[in-house]
Parts: sequence; structure tokens; C-alpha cells
Amino acid sequence: MSNAVTSKKKGGFLAGTANYLDERVGIAGIVKEFGRKIFPDHWSFMLGEVALYSFLVLLLSGTFLTFFFNPTMAETTYDGVFGPLKGAHMSSAYASTLDISFEVRGGLLMRQVHHWSALLFVAAAGLHMLRVFFTGAFRKPREINWVVGFMLFVLGMAGGFTGYSLPDDLLSGNGLRIIDGMLKGLPWIGSYTSSLLFGGEFPGNQIVPRLYSLHIMIVPALILVFLVVHLFMVVIHKHTHYSGPGKKDTNVVGYPLMPVYVAKAGGFFFIVFGVIMLTAAFVTINPVWNYGSYDPSPVSAGTQPDWYIGFLDGALRLAPTGIETVVNGATVSWNILLPMIVGVGLLGVVAVYPFIEGWITGDKREHHVLDRPRNAPTRTAIGAAGVTFYAVLWAGAGTDLIATNFKMSLNQVLTTMQILLFVAPVAAYFVTKRLCLSLQRKDREIVLHGHESGRIVRLPHGEYVEVHEQADVYQIWKLTDFKEYAPTLARPNANGVITIRARIRSALSKMFFEDRVSPVSKTELEAAKHHAELH
Amino acid sequence: MAKNSKEVAKHEEVAEHDYATGLAVITEDKISDPGIEPHRVRMTDKSVKHEKAAARQVALLFAISILGSIFAIWAYYAFPFDDTNASSLRINTLFLGLGISLGLFGIGIGAVHWAKTLMPDAEVSEERHQTRGTEEVRAAALEVIRLADQESGFSRRKLIRRTLYGALALFPIPAIVLFSDLGPNPKDSLRHTMWGAKKNTRLARDPDGTPIKASDVQIGSVFHVIPEGLEKLEAPHMLNEKAKAAVLLVRLDPSEIKNDKEREWGYDGIVAYSKICTHVGCPVALYEQHTHHLLCPCHQSTFDLAEDCKVVFGPATRPLPQLKIEVDAEGYLVAPGDFAEPVGPSFWERKA
Amino acid sequence: MAIRTKKFSRRSPLAAVIVVLAGLLVSGGSYVAATAAVTSSAKAEVDQATIDTGKKLFLANCASCHGKNAEGTANAPSLIGVGAASVDFQVGTGRMPGQASGPQLQVKPVQFKQEDIDALAAYVASLAPGPEVPTEAYLAQTGNASHGGELFRINCAMCHNAVGAGGALTQGKYAPSLRNTSAKHIYEAMVTGPQNMPVFSNSNLSPADKTDIITYLQYVQENPSVGGDELGNLGPVAEGLIAWLAMLGGIVVITIWLGAKSN
Repeated sequence: MSNAVTSKKKGGFLAGTANYLDERVGIAGIVKEFGRKIFPDHWSFMLGEVALYSFLVLLLSGTFLTFFFNPTMAETTYDGVFGPLKGAHMSSAYASTLDISFEVRGGLLMRQVHHWSALLFVAAAGLHMLRVFFTGAFRKPREINWVVGFMLFVLGMAGGFTGYSLPDDLLSGNGLRIIDGMLKGLPWIGSYTSSLLFGGEFPGNQIVPRLYSLHIMIVPALILVFLVVHLFMVVIHKHTHYSGPGKKDTNVVGYPLMPVYVAKAGGFFFIVFGVIMLTAAFVTINPVWNYGSYDPSPVSAGTQPDWYIGFLDGALRLAPTGIETVVNGATVSWNILLPMIVGVGLLGVVAVYPFIEGWITGDKREHHVLDRPRNAPTRTAIGAAGVTFYAVLWAGAGTDLIATNFKMSLNQVLTTMQILLFVAPVAAYFVTKRLCLSLQRKDREIVLHGHESGRIVRLPHGEYVEVHEQADVYQIWKLTDFKEYAPTLARPNANGVITIRARIRSALSKMFFEDRVSPVSKTELEAAKHHAELH
Repeated sequence: MAKNSKEVAKHEEVAEHDYATGLAVITEDKISDPGIEPHRVRMTDKSVKHEKAAARQVALLFAISILGSIFAIWAYYAFPFDDTNASSLRINTLFLGLGISLGLFGIGIGAVHWAKTLMPDAEVSEERHQTRGTEEVRAAALEVIRLADQESGFSRRKLIRRTLYGALALFPIPAIVLFSDLGPNPKDSLRHTMWGAKKNTRLARDPDGTPIKASDVQIGSVFHVIPEGLEKLEAPHMLNEKAKAAVLLVRLDPSEIKNDKEREWGYDGIVAYSKICTHVGCPVALYEQHTHHLLCPCHQSTFDLAEDCKVVFGPATRPLPQLKIEVDAEGYLVAPGDFAEPVGPSFWERKA
Repeated sequence: MAIRTKKFSRRSPLAAVIVVLAGLLVSGGSYVAATAAVTSSAKAEVDQATIDTGKKLFLANCASCHGKNAEGTANAPSLIGVGAASVDFQVGTGRMPGQASGPQLQVKPVQFKQEDIDALAAYVASLAPGPEVPTEAYLAQTGNASHGGELFRINCAMCHNAVGAGGALTQGKYAPSLRNTSAKHIYEAMVTGPQNMPVFSNSNLSPADKTDIITYLQYVQENPSVGGDELGNLGPVAEGLIAWLAMLGGIVVITIWLGAKSN
């Protein structure tokens, strides 16, 4: 305390404020602890930030919208300025959305900012997850944080869907109708679940206020909680870094939080906000005035959900004809259940993947240096297969637009997608795995024999050779700093029994690590150098 | 890498896996780490001229931001809405957004430029600590828990513990029960539509509610139909009923109809089918006159109107339910009663 | 194509007569005058000379598929009773004369002058009564856009999209975009039901309803999207692509600049 008092003598306003705060909230300790924390710098480490900043923009623009939006389904007659809807009967929710768009200055801009940042939030979270997956950043000690991040992704989808449905327009209403149909298809509880959600029969007059509660309270509150946990764990673990000279599992190399990282990350917030604002200024999103208010009879061609729900919609479209069955008088809607199982199953595998890989490798060390994707060929291949599977489902939601834009038959496009759903991921797996192994071999070549310089030299005895330039020590380190994993055999346990668990684990480890390329060892490198000198 | 003898040998070595490293091969023969690369000096570190230029650029960017924000405020007032001209809204939105974007980009790019050119860019290394506590800390934590257990008798007093578990498991249940009134038991609401509310309801045009005469319907035309009187219902019943009762009415050449029931339930080639998809309930409304196919725009289920709306493509399984129609004394189309089966998406107890 | 031929020929002339009669009956009130104007002016225009010119053009350009007396062949439907509106639409939008076979006729550059199209239409109309080419009275954008929008969503949007951007049908067929279609051709398409489009006769959508729909479509075409570029009005798929490619793609480029060391 005495230090603080003495420091007050010098310095102006800044020092005074610092002193005031420290004497009341003990801020000096926090600044000392965190002010010079090191953050590694790499473009791919900023994708999560994009999601975070989009969320902040969502909170800001969403708050603005709540001041004008009227979340009730009471019927009203529109008498606003948009001509083609004058005199139309509609819900207050839809009418107030029109008023925000046409009568509140900046209201349309804020609506577009809100919707674009929602699309960006989920997209950035998805890309961030892909980065974490392909670099193995989910490994110990970050498995739990992967699950927290996964929850954020799912909550992002939930927030998006609940918001998409609020304007009560024709497009989102047909989306809700699909949700209603899916809920009704649930075994045993289907019709009850639908009644509970809609407060009786579809569409009723309850769904918009209910979704509103979820959209502006429950979902954002949960996102905030998980966000805090997510970031808290990042602080505890410290950020990972890519393998490189001087970068180890026991250190973190980068720039200090203050001032460099604060300036970069703070500036980046404004840039992300700017990109969203610019897009909102120039590109229309969700022109609800074109769709009209919800009415169960009409529908517009090209009825699609926002992109992040697309994979589920695609799964629904790709289900084969005629798979609904009646068992003991009960109707089992496999044409709904199967797509749900596929969609939820895919998400489930994503959620638990770190634990599966951890079990196969038996690796209990802490990992802070990231894998280059090629150095984990099987994981990268699994990821590529998963991305391809998701992408086919996703494209499935756009079959009609693919058909019209590329002048193809809708039916053929759908049938092709059904086949691709099975074939493309398998192809992606094998192609990616071979590609990774080839890249690893290329890395070995570079380490052992250097880069091809393109310079051809004639030796005294007439032989022509291309001069190879030796890679420098930093690059050699980068290309050789990874661990080789060897598959395990199924071994009997203490009772002399080979358990099924052990067999499965052995088979999986074989799948993961049977084909592999080892990093160049010191001996090999020296042998290669020696060989080169002989020439 | 082809499996050479060396690797096989390695395999044998790692057969008894170390608990911590799992299947990783720990080699002693690793190339050594050369350490962090030497710092590359920037132009702004070397030359005062460049440093000053960079500082000016940063200040300029911040100044642009100031101008952008001022422009946005000006644009808010300078481009008022004109109710008779839609482009006034377009212009207001555009310039307001442009000004705010400029205000944001100026700060963002300026700050990053400042960090990149003028703040130190030498990478610093910081030690990491293992996430787990040190042995002493862990022992101390264990001791705290042991003490807590001993003082409370948590492990010792089985009865207390078990009743507590029971209480904790049950206390949320009332909260779940509380939500039962979110919606009523659907009972048989899914089985009835407005067509069954009274006998001989006239078929009327959607949305105007004017009744349709059989002579109005020519071959090749399609009518979107609601029960007469539906448009007079109060919200939300109007939409609830419409969501079940919407019907599509077409006239085919009677010789084209391949299904006897379909012909009998129609009138002189005029047939009425539920418009609600038997997949997940979108309105199946895309009628192709010559193929007499009905296509659902949501998931592409396709139904053949000439064959009692059986599914010819897409994820739906059941045909669309047909609404039996007749003609009353004045020549108007009427439905003598309700659909013979529930309309729309399937549900578990549908057949019961 | 053979399939279409069969179905086309099935539309009996009687049905067409019913349409016209029903149309005249339904369109009462303020439209009586307008309707009368159509019939009288249409009759006045059509003299025998025009019909003869039309017949010559027909024999030279159409008869090889539609038959010498427009009775239809295995390759093309009968044109007896399709009316002047049908000819004006099919030839006036360049769909006819048809070229390559495919799931449906394509819009091509128009092959005839409007007066030749009128003559062709007059000839076909002289074979049997059918829907007539609408007069300006129906095409004036004086209808109720709000009612038109509601009718458009219920009767048209499922195929043509909520603002007429078009959409997919089965087996390679599609509902075309209405963005650059003239009011006259939209009206004619409604009364004649070209290709797989259903017919919206006057007993279904009255002439006033059709005018409302045209007024709505004109409003949508003439007024810019208030929110900025409308991405072809293709909806969430196009929006998703912008979010991923333009926004996130752009931001990734910025992150690379952010992460790169300064010189």
C-alpha cells in the first residue's frame, strides 16, 4: 500500500486513476500477472477471436433491435410505408420487423448487421474448430475446452435458429413448420412435444414469444457462461503454438499482452465489426418484406434455412423414399429419424473425438506444440472425411438451386448427392491420408537433400547434377519436430485374457499408425551430409 | 515409409508402453532445437524517416475514423426517409453504414498498423507450468478434502448421504412438471380438420374465401382451396385450421386417373388433395400440368396426382390424403366430410 | 416430347369456350367496360388479310411440326383452341419456334416481328376461340399490389419464388425468373398455362386479380432492394455463401496481414 501512496506523487491522471483503482479493487496484481502474458502470433489463432467479436456485435445490434421489436403474435393490420403489404393481416412481430426495416432510421442497417454477424459467428466458430482439430490443439490438457467450444458452436446454431424464426415471415414460418413435422416424427412423444413447443396446435400464437425468451435471454446467457469458461481455460493453459525453432511444450513464444497483443486484438475487433458493417451497408440479408407474413398455405421456391442448419435440412432431403414403417400400430418415421440420427450423430462424434483419439494413442502427456496436419495423417484424413460428409449434407440443402443454376435435373442432383454422401468421404479419407504421407516424405527429402535449386552443373567427369541447397537449421527443426507413433498389439491383461477393448484399441491404433513416416533423425541427417560431401 | 527392419525393431522396443507417452516413440536420436530465430530488424527500427512515416500513417487512419463517424452522424440526418420513395431508405442505410464502417476500420487498421510497425516485434518466450498442481499443492488439496469429509462425516454416514442423493435427484422434478402447461395434450386434434366441422362445407378460393363451382375448374388449372368461412375465423384459430385444411384442387381428364377411389372421390375429373406434405408438413404446391406431378419445394418429395398422389420421388412415404368432393344443388363444390385419415406429417400414434 | 403432345391435344376446345364465358361472367363490375373493349377491339383488328398472312407464316414456319391445319402431329400439339394469347406468348418470348429437345422450351431471341406474331396469332385464333391477347387495360399497373402480392404468394411463389426469381421443378424442368418478363407475357402465361404451368383462368383469378399480380411484380422489379444487393433473391443459400466467402474469406486475408511481420 505504501508503494501505491508514494507512486501517487508522480505522474498525472493515468497514475492517479491506477492508484484509485488499485486501492479499491487491487488491480495492480491483475496487471502484473496478466499484463505481460505471452500470446503466440499466427493468422489461424485469430479465428476464434472473429467468433468472439461477432458475438459482441450480436449483443450490441440485438439490444438495439429489442427496443423496437414486438414479440407477440397478436393479429394486426399493416398500415406502414411498404406498399405491397398495405392492409395485409399479420402478426405484431412481423409488423414491427417491417417497422424496424422501413420506419426506424438505421433499423434496417442494424437488422442486417445482426443477421450478418450471426452467420459470421457460426462460420467463424466452425472454422476455428477445424483449425483446432487439424492441428491437434484438442489434445491433453485441452479436451474439456474442446467440449466447451463445441457447446458454443451448438449454442450458436440454437441462437441463430431462434432468431431466424422471430420475424414470423413466410420463410421462417415454413422453417418452423419443418421443425414441427420433425418433432411429430419423434417416437412416443412426438405429438406431445410439438404441442408443448407451440402451445397447442401449429402454428398457434405462442411460438414467437417463447423463441424470443430463448433468443434474448437463455441462449445468449449460456453462450456468455461458456465463453467465460472457454477463455478462462485459455488463460490457464496458455495458448498453443506451432512447432518451430525455440518453441517447446514447456514454453510459449509470442508477443506480450500489453501493448502489442492488446493493440492487435483490439484493432482486430474494430476490423471485424467494420467488415460486418460494410457487408450490412451493401448487401441485403433476409428481406422479410418480400416473403410476406406467415401463412400455412403458401410457400416460396428456394425455401432454405440459414447456412448452419443447412446440413440438417440436407439430411432430410437425402433420405430415401418410402422408409416410414408401421410397427405394432405405431408409425415410425425413419425418413425423419434417420436424418436426425445422422445429424446428431455427426455432432456427437465431433464432441467426443478428443477422448477417442486420446484413448487410441494412450497419450497422457501435455501437448502445447501443435501438429502440422500432415504429421498426423490419419487424424487429418478423418477430418477431411468428416468435412466432406458435412459438405455433402450441406450441399443437399441447396439441391434446387444447384439444379436451376447449373441447368441440371433436380432429381439427378439429389440422387447424385445420395451416392456422394457415402462415396465422397471415403475417397476424401484415402486421398488425404496419401497426400499427408507424401508431404511428409517430401519434408524428409528437403531435410536430407535440401531444396532443388534449379541449377544444373556439369561435373569434371561429365555427369550433370542439379545443385541442392541445404535447408537451414531452423527449417530442418521445423520439419523434423514431431513424434512418431507406433501401433500397439492387443496384449493379454493380468489374467491372461485379451479383452475386446484391447482388440479394438489395437485395431484402431493400427489404422492410425501402421502407415507412417518417421522424422529424420540426427544420424540420418549426418549420414546424408556425409554422402553429399563425398560428391 | 516402407517398413524396414529398423522400424520393426522399434516396434518391439515400445511394446511395453510407458503410461505417459502412450504409443509415441521417444527417440534419443532427435535433431536438436536451434532456439528462437534471431530478430529481424524492421525499417521502422532502423530509420527515423520510416518510423515517422509509420506514425503519420497511424494518425491518418485514426483521423479517417473520426471523419467516418462524423459522416455517419451527418448521413443519419442528411438522408431522411421519404415514404413515397424506396430508394431514400436505401441511401440512408448505405451512407450510414459506410460512415460507421469507416469509423471502425480507421481505428482497427490504425491500431494494428501501430502494433506492427512501432511496437516491439521481438518474440518473447515465457515458461509454461504443467496444468496439474505440484505434489505439495495436490497433497494439501487432498488434505483439505479429507478434513472436510472427516468433519462432515460424508463417507461415514451412509444414511445421510443416500437420502441426500435421493433428495437431490427428485428436487428438479417439480420444475419439469411445471412446464406441462406449455401445451395441452394434443388428443385427437391432429385427426380432425375444419372440413369435418359441418357437412357439405363448400370449397373456397384461398385467400379470398369465394366458393368454387365445378364449372370454374377447367382441365389444367389448379386452385388453392380453404374451407368456406375459414377466413372469418379469429386468430390464431384461422392459421391453425388453415395449417390442416389447406387443399389443392385440380381437374384431370377422367381417363387419365388410374385409381378408382380417386375417381370416385372426385367429381368428373376434379380431385382435391391435402396440400400439407406427409413428410414434414410444407405446402406441396408445385403442380406440373402435363406430368400431373406435385412437388414439395422444401425437400423435393414428388406425388403423382394421376395415381392417388402416391410418392414417386423424395423422402415422403405416404400419399397425400384425398378430400372427397361432391357438387351441391347450386353447382358449388362441397366436401361431404373430413379427410379419411390425419393430414400432414406422421406421428407415432397416427394409426392407433 | 411425345408426352407433352398427347396432353396438349387433350385440352378440348369446349374447355376453352368455358374459360372465355366464365371469364366474361366473373369479371363484372368495373371491368365490364374494359372487357367489352377487349372483345370489340380484338374483333375490329382481325381482318381476313391478316389471317391470310398468318396462315402463310404458319405454313412456312410452324406446319412442319404442328400440322398443316394446326391439328398437331406426333412432334407437337394441336393448336386448335389455344388462342391468340398462347401464340403471342410462345412466339413473343422466343420459345417458339422450338429448337433442341429438352425438358422444356427455352427462351431464345425472338424470331418474328410483332406484326408477324400478331398475324400468326390471328390465324390460330381464327381456327377456334381461345384466350385472347390482353389489352393495355389489364396491363396498366393500377391494381392493388398488396392483394397481388398475397395472390402471387399463394398461386405462384411456390414455383417462381416470392419475388419471381424462379425455381426448380422435377426432371430438369424449372419455373423461369419473371424479372424481365413483360406484363403482357405474364398475363398470357396465366391464361394459357404454357408447358407445365397450370392455367389460371378467369374463373380462378379474375382479370382484376391478374392485374393486381402484375402490379405487384412491377413494383418488385422497379423498386431497388432497400437493403442493398439482393443476391438474386435466392435467399439463405446465397447469404451463406457471402458470409463464408466474402466476409470470413476477407477476414482471413486480414488475419494473414495481421500475423505477418512488418518490414
